[in-house]
Amino acid sequence: MAQAAIAPPKRTTDYVARMGGVPLAWLGVLPFFIFAVMFLILPSLSLFTGSFTDAKGGFTLDNVLGLTRQDIVDAYVLSIQISVVTAIVGGIFGFFIAYALVMTGVPSALRTSLVTFCGVASNFAGVPLAFAFVAALGRTGFITEFMRDTLHFNIYDHGFNLYSFLGLSLTYLYFQFPLMVLVMMPALEGLRREWREASENLGANGFQYWRYIALPILTPSILGTMILLFGNAFGAYATAYALTGGRLQLVAIQIGAQIRGDVLHNPGLGYAMGFGMVVIMALSILAYTLLQRRAARWLQ
Amino acid sequence: MSFLELSNIRKQFSNVATPAVQDFNLKVEKGEFVSFLGPSGCGKTTTLRMIAGFEHPTSGSIVINGKNVIGVPANKRKIGMVFQSYALFPNMTVADNIGFGLRVAKRPKAEIEPRVAEMLKLIHLSDKGKRYPAQLSGGQQQRVALARALAIKPELLLLDEPLSALDAKIRVSLRNEIRAIQRQTGVTAIYVTHDQEEAMSLSDRIVVMSDGRMEQVGTPFEIYNFPQTQFVASFVGTLNQVQARVVDPSAGTLEVEGQPIVAAKAFDARKGETIAVALRPEMMSLDGKTQDDAVNRLVVTVEETTFLGSIVRTRARLRESVISFDTFNNPNLALPQRGEKITVAFPREAILLLKPSNAATENLL
Amino acid sequence: MKRSTFWGLFWVTLAALYLFVPLWGAFDFSLRAERDVIGVAAYTRAFADDDFWRTFIFSNQMALISIVASILLIVPTAYWVQLKLPQLRPAVEFITLLPFVIPAIILVFGYIKLYSSDIALGPITLLPPLTNSDFSTNILLVAGYVTLALPYMYRSVDNGLRAMDIRTLTEAAQSLGAGWFTIMFRIIMPNLRAALLSGALLTFAIVVGELTLATFLGRPAFGPYLQQLGQHKAYEPAALSVVSFLLTWLAMVLIYFVTRGSNAQVTGAH
Ligand SMILES: Nc1ncnc2c1ncn2[C@@H]1O[C@H](COP(=O)(O)OP(=O)(O)OP(=O)(O)O)[C@@H](O)[C@H]1O
Ligand SMILES: [Mg+2]
Repeated sequence: MAQAAIAPPKRTTDYVARMGGVPLAWLGVLPFFIFAVMFLILPSLSLFTGSFTDAKGGFTLDNVLGLTRQDIVDAYVLSIQISVVTAIVGGIFGFFIAYALVMTGVPSALRTSLVTFCGVASNFAGVPLAFAFVAALGRTGFITEFMRDTLHFNIYDHGFNLYSFLGLSLTYLYFQFPLMVLVMMPALEGLRREWREASENLGANGFQYWRYIALPILTPSILGTMILLFGNAFGAYATAYALTGGRLQLVAIQIGAQIRGDVLHNPGLGYAMGFGMVVIMALSILAYTLLQRRAARWLQ
Repeated sequence: MSFLELSNIRKQFSNVATPAVQDFNLKVEKGEFVSFLGPSGCGKTTTLRMIAGFEHPTSGSIVINGKNVIGVPANKRKIGMVFQSYALFPNMTVADNIGFGLRVAKRPKAEIEPRVAEMLKLIHLSDKGKRYPAQLSGGQQQRVALARALAIKPELLLLDEPLSALDAKIRVSLRNEIRAIQRQTGVTAIYVTHDQEEAMSLSDRIVVMSDGRMEQVGTPFEIYNFPQTQFVASFVGTLNQVQARVVDPSAGTLEVEGQPIVAAKAFDARKGETIAVALRPEMMSLDGKTQDDAVNRLVVTVEETTFLGSIVRTRARLRESVISFDTFNNPNLALPQRGEKITVAFPREAILLLKPSNAATENLL
Repeated sequence: MKRSTFWGLFWVTLAALYLFVPLWGAFDFSLRAERDVIGVAAYTRAFADDDFWRTFIFSNQMALISIVASILLIVPTAYWVQLKLPQLRPAVEFITLLPFVIPAIILVFGYIKLYSSDIALGPITLLPPLTNSDFSTNILLVAGYVTLALPYMYRSVDNGLRAMDIRTLTEAAQSLGAGWFTIMFRIIMPNLRAALLSGALLTFAIVVGELTLATFLGRPAFGPYLQQLGQHKAYEPAALSVVSFLLTWLAMVLIYFVTRGSNAQVTGAH
């Protein structure tokens, strides 16, 4: 049997060995699917079933309905807020930088080093990032002291706090905008010179070119990447935990606390929270895929 | 005054030593169809882009309709352009692409819509207005690009190898269509190509270019039959080129590898100088059926005969140079054999004296 | 200077400052461990800690195992899908995108829920709790890391396979009498060097400082160690953050050179 799967038939396209209706060639991808089921699908599914199971093992909607509890709603709102804010700010900032790198006469050495740096920064999340920001913007951080000593302006006396919404957003932006830069640069490079020249020929000025051609072409990539940034921030746990401890009640932080010790006093409710998180992530990836498809339709 | 006048155009890119275009002088009349013909990299696109306003000449002037356009930005020149890669806007439908020029000129909808419909009809794509460019074939896309360029009623239409991305069959039908539309609209057109057949069949006049310079300007007939330089002779058509030593310029006599030949007219050259001459293959014949006026004879060794159906092509060698000529096929023809020594005969008029290439580099043979 | 160049430089400078200043802050801070002296005391102290080495080595081991595991899992799959089962491509690609939908915190939550007790089918125990022994918990950790790296690794390998003509290579090898093992390890993998290396380096960058999975699975990894260190020390964590950054940076620079080299090779072969 195994022989048949391993020794290839001469004309593989015409002839596929079968075992009980399943083509034997499928055995080649079995390990991958077993892995995916064991470590990706079943764990997620178990959270899903857990969300609809009560303490005695019966079916219930209580857990999912329990998500409307004020503190849980607040957590979702806060997580979504910080993800939306950093996705939009990081997206716009990153777009301008990608534009600057691609479209203006920035020296190529500067360009290469910044792109590499963006590659590093977009992968540099978690504990070390949090500590770097503490060292820069913490109460005794580098920038804080610099501004206090030379500009006589103590940001902490004026309402700034690194361990707050604003502080965490600034920290997230450190990996958000570089990701935007990395994704947008090829998209901007994909704008063909002829499009601009054709539009000029037809009498369009620079503004009209951007308004009618370049921006519409880029919009799916811009929105799509911002959605990626949203997911990037929404799922982040390590950076938030390392920076703020438990101070900001994000969904990911609450789930972490629930795993440590049932702080919600209801395991089912914890699973429902996790399930809700997956739903939001799935919706955003769905939107991303639809946008990509739209872009692909134009750019075949 | 001509409609378009290019005078002493020179373009030097800062990062390249030799100029991309130099000594370029051309006058184009209204409604004329002029082609730029030349090998890759000879500066055709660069010249076209200077006319369009995408490149600025290092020196020289460009006058369109009596107005010097140096310094006028591309979007104020009202020149239509068709690109090799179509360059249709992928995010707009065919109709929106065609109407784009009118839209950015803020024309009323009532004017744009009929004009778009008219253009769609002109290119026989009336039913495809709502499609996106990616849903069209290459040939259809290029027709849309043409319609888009013409929708703004430009007085000058520039086409940069518009057919080179298409396959052979569509090329022929589309080039005829382009010519028909150009006649119909009366627009002055400049057409860049490196395909000589395309240039010959389309143009009122052809500008042959090489290495950034003009080699010859003339009607297809002139270019094909009376090439003036070695470059044109070798790039266009199938003339045989050989080196000849001048014996007596006033009598028109020359010597090809020791064998004397005589040209139709006296010419201007020094005695003993070596010059390039072209021999018209269609005026050559195998000895035996010599016409009366075929006073020139060359003894050659046959290298190869190729049977091409209605004609037989013979390739033969003198000592250094190789010439080839065609004979009409007939059943009684005794084909010369490989290695056989034969005599070819041709009249004085078959000899064409060539100037060295303007670019002053070695010819391409 | 052209106006656009000015604005270009403006944005680029802003970005460079944003990226550089926090690092400089951490670096500057890490040099001030001793009063009134600039010095590397924080680094010497951090490196003198046995726990640092223990956790750092552990994380590197886990990274290495994860890299090998994901290569063994993904290369044959991607190869097989391209060669024999193109109809499975959408399903496989969907799975490789799932980790974008399921963040680490959810993944580990699911692992703990599922694998901290027996998995049984009626009276038959299929799988004992994996979280009971260090060894089996490490398996969970590695599985998690392979999952996190799956999208990057798969894409890298898939592109690499597409860039070479695997069908012809396979048939050529078969006609010379090579078996599947030889084809995989002597032909496909060596030709995927660049793709595998860049996938591996990225996996390394993700795994070495990883906190979430390691913390909740209770493994002595570098991420949790650094986080703990931050609770009661100031200068050493800053020093180790700088070191982490340098490691990530090194990985990225290597990826840059590896992939650039592969391009050069591709064009060179033509
Ligand atoms: N932007 C540029 N910078 C530097 N050199 C250029 C630039 N554009 C063109 N050139 C050079 O100028 C010369 C003429 O180029 P051009 O594009 O006009 O050739 P072409 O006749 O259109 O050739 P092709 O048939 O390949 O399109 C070439 O040697 C080319 O390398
Ligand atoms: Mg060109």
